Amino acid sequence: MKPLPEKFVRALKVPVFVGCLAPAFVLTWKGFHDGLGANPIDVITRSTGKWTLTFLLITLSVTPVRKLSGLTWLIKFRRMLGLYAFFYGSLHLMTYIWLDKFFDVHEMLHDIAKRKFITAGVTAWTLMLPLALTSTTGWIRRMGGKRWQKLHRLIYFSATAGVVHFIWLVKADLRLPFTYGSILAVLLTYRAIVWLMARARTRRAIAGQAVRA
Amino acid sequence: MLIKKPSDIPSSEITPKPSYLSRRKFMAGAIAAGAALAGGFYLREHMDSEATVQAAGVKLSGIVKSPFSTSETPNSFKDITNYNNYYEFSTDKYEPNGLSKDFRTRPWTVSIEGMVKKPKKLDIDTILKLSPLEERIYRHRCVEGWSMVIPWVGIPLSALIKQAEPLPSAKFVAFQTISAPDQMPNQKRDVLDWPYVEGLRMDEAMHPLAILAVGLYDEVLPNVDGAPLRLVVPWKYGFKSIKAIVKISFTDSMPPTTWNRMAANEYGFYSNVNPQKDHPRWSQASERRIGEFRKRPTLMFNGYADQVAGLYSGLDLNKNY
Repeated sequence: MKPLPEKFVRALKVPVFVGCLAPAFVLTWKGFHDGLGANPIDVITRSTGKWTLTFLLITLSVTPVRKLSGLTWLIKFRRMLGLYAFFYGSLHLMTYIWLDKFFDVHEMLHDIAKRKFITAGVTAWTLMLPLALTSTTGWIRRMGGKRWQKLHRLIYFSATAGVVHFIWLVKADLRLPFTYGSILAVLLTYRAIVWLMARARTRRAIAGQAVRA
Repeated sequence: MLIKKPSDIPSSEITPKPSYLSRRKFMAGAIAAGAALAGGFYLREHMDSEATVQAAGVKLSGIVKSPFSTSETPNSFKDITNYNNYYEFSTDKYEPNGLSKDFRTRPWTVSIEGMVKKPKKLDIDTILKLSPLEERIYRHRCVEGWSMVIPWVGIPLSALIKQAEPLPSAKFVAFQTISAPDQMPNQKRDVLDWPYVEGLRMDEAMHPLAILAVGLYDEVLPNVDGAPLRLVVPWKYGFKSIKAIVKISFTDSMPPTTWNRMAANEYGFYSNVNPQKDHPRWSQASERRIGEFRKRPTLMFNGYADQVAGLYSGLDLNKNY
């Protein structure tokens, strides 16, 4: 398939950028119009959490969709989508630190150590942090593509920790966390298959060389 | 036969072509309008919480005030009816209000059985007359860490128990919610072990603070809050206060309770509000009062220690959570 012209991709980035901001905008608008119900902090926490996971999954689907559909230009959006996952994840974390714990460090450390769903959540965010920091072109150049790519595989673990965080916090009715979990499983399985196939190819190639030698 | 069979002539042979074609156009338009309307209702349902407030219920009369009421300001009717755990309808706290609108609360009988001298089936309207209706403004503390102040209307649970005349061997009271999967969508799915069951020790059940609520804000109890009859035990976490009760039975052994069966390490039989005993997933030291921004400290027995602490003297509350 012919790659999309650069100009078109750049033009498309504007609506995608604005669209990704919509959930934050809707929350803010509702917040100022008494639209968040009886427990606004709970709604903000849940909403930002779900959008974090959603953006993580969208980011993780860029490569499979690109490979399977041939829409190579999709890669141009991956960084933005990943950074939005970090953006909503940070809002989610801030809600916890500020609105839930009111910067009580002692309470928070106690929580992180004692409550496994918090441990998982904090892990998920921490794993996203280096990815957000090294998301610039400069960092890709500085690190070298191979090493950069290796580091950015942390997203697999971040997304897994995020889904585990969701599963562990739910009291009953695991439909939604399991939905996120199944999509993640599909996306990670795709990568495992690609990796296994690549390994088999390399082995065959090495074996072939050995025979020739 | 007097009933005529429908005509065999297709309508297309009677109606001139241009008018049924325009009818098709009209129907397409109607479908589009219907879809837009449905979309609109969907948005209204999901964007405007005001729209889901139930129509004002029937006023209850002859309500007397109670010295057990708190002087704290009650939460609004809107918050009480729109932020609520009622897993039979939904695990979302905002949804039960809409989903419970058509729940049938009449006719309604409550079966009193087990170790009693007089097992009986009581009609809800009989229960309403067992004792003068009292207003009980109680603090309500959810195990999830939020709380409200709710102006219940109800009768002391003890009034009903006395009617049944439990045998001396009866040590516990077990409660059961209605099983109505046709009306309670989540009862068709295994979210919890249905029907919901709860229990109290006999002395807890006889305590004057324990009530059977039938009203809220001087009106008939809204469906979303457990109509027509629910338990309210204000010194325990909210899930102990079972809704839509159809069975009350007396036993000599500790009855099973739904959340305890679901996760015994998280929810004990007693489930007294206790800021010192953390839930494995939440700290119970503080709570967010709905309508307040900052959290407030949680009080032992939800602030009812003076009245109920005596029930538990000699009991290790850390083990018997």
